[in-house]
Amino acid sequence: MTAPAPIALLAELTHRCPLSCPYCSNPVELERKETELDTQTWVDVFQQAFDMGVLQLHLSGGEPASRRDLEDLTAQAARIGLYTNLITSGIGLTPKRLDRLEAAGLDHIQLSLQGTNADLADRIGGYRGGFDRKMVIAKEIGDRGIPLTLNAVMHRHNLDDLDRTIEMAVELGARRLEVACVQFHGWALPNRAALLPTLEQTRAVKDTVARASKKLRGVLAIDFVPPDYYSDFPKACMGGWGSTGLNITPNGTVLPCHAAQTITHLEFESVRDKPLLDIWHHSSAFNAYRGTDWLPEPCQSCERKEIDFGGCRCQAMALAQDAEATDPVCKKSPLHSRVTDILDAMLANPEKEFIYRKA
Amino acid sequence: MTLELHQSDRPYLPRGVRVQRDTVRDRMVLQAPEKVIELDDIGVAILSRVDGRTSFGQIVTDLATTYGAPADQVETDVQHFLQALRSRLYVLVQS
Repeated sequence: MTAPAPIALLAELTHRCPLSCPYCSNPVELERKETELDTQTWVDVFQQAFDMGVLQLHLSGGEPASRRDLEDLTAQAARIGLYTNLITSGIGLTPKRLDRLEAAGLDHIQLSLQGTNADLADRIGGYRGGFDRKMVIAKEIGDRGIPLTLNAVMHRHNLDDLDRTIEMAVELGARRLEVACVQFHGWALPNRAALLPTLEQTRAVKDTVARASKKLRGVLAIDFVPPDYYSDFPKACMGGWGSTGLNITPNGTVLPCHAAQTITHLEFESVRDKPLLDIWHHSSAFNAYRGTDWLPEPCQSCERKEIDFGGCRCQAMALAQDAEATDPVCKKSPLHSRVTDILDAMLANPEKEFIYRKA
Repeated sequence: MTLELHQSDRPYLPRGVRVQRDTVRDRMVLQAPEKVIELDDIGVAILSRVDGRTSFGQIVTDLATTYGAPADQVETDVQHFLQALRSRLYVLVQS
């Protein structure tokens, strides 16, 4: 099947990170430093990506600032012509490194926010002093005028602070705020019972976002990722599997999305062995769920099949133990009760302790 | 705040937003934070005049003259186009 060229590449430069957020999107099996691609290999991959049509490069991790060659990688990506976006916790960045990143041509920073105060943020990040250090870097980013998005990952423990989160985004001079309710992949899955928001929080967050979006029109753009388990319909996985974006892990494994390795029967290929273009078009993993021909019922005859493509494959894997099933989040899924059963059970008996991400 | 541009407002693309050729797809795009927007010829014509010096009124007059189109229709289209970008902060305005 011929696929259109991808627009965006998420480069997980490393899985190393000083924080250990219990909802980290990295896989539970983290890759080690020794297996990471070296600078030249990444630059070669960036060039291949640009040549095949990628326009936006997201430099991510782990914490990408844990890579000492981050500035060099950024400079080379910018020289190639890619729009460069740094996805960071801010920990590991310094004023000097920001100067070098600016000189390298970095276009934009997406800064994560674990909470609105040190107590909460440091407990969630599992890193004492992290919040204060983040605030110092946030101010440095603002002082330089580097375009900033604040990415607030929201869950039961911080959703009640949404008003303050929005205020902070404005105070820090962010142009955009992502109110991203936790998606249950990676480390968030084993932490689901500790993170699931309540129904009341879910209702409130929608109202708060709607109100703030209106009030802050032209000041702050707010993007909202609602909590999956309370939705009627699933999210379109990556805008359609293998259609617009791709993800490369620290060791060079090419994935259709960051959680795809949870679908254990898929075979993924590496930029160490094959050209990226070849992997994008021909690898069995990318072709597994492309388009709509593979969709089961009720998706196949559903009027939303070109909107959400049956939902998220990794979620189908996690909740239905079948990656080809309709995403159970969908109210039309024959397995939708699995979602409501989880909600009922976990809300009745929420978990108080986090399982922190660790290597 | 209102997103409407006044005649004397001078719109500009802030840092982190730029027009770029997408050679692989043979088209022009607006590159913005975590977003790529495809531009048609009209979008390119408008954004090529968005420089922080030229006022909204001048942009409309210039486009109407260049393309021989009625100014009020051009103004409606340009207003609509720039407001959509302004709502995402892809366009900012100096007044």
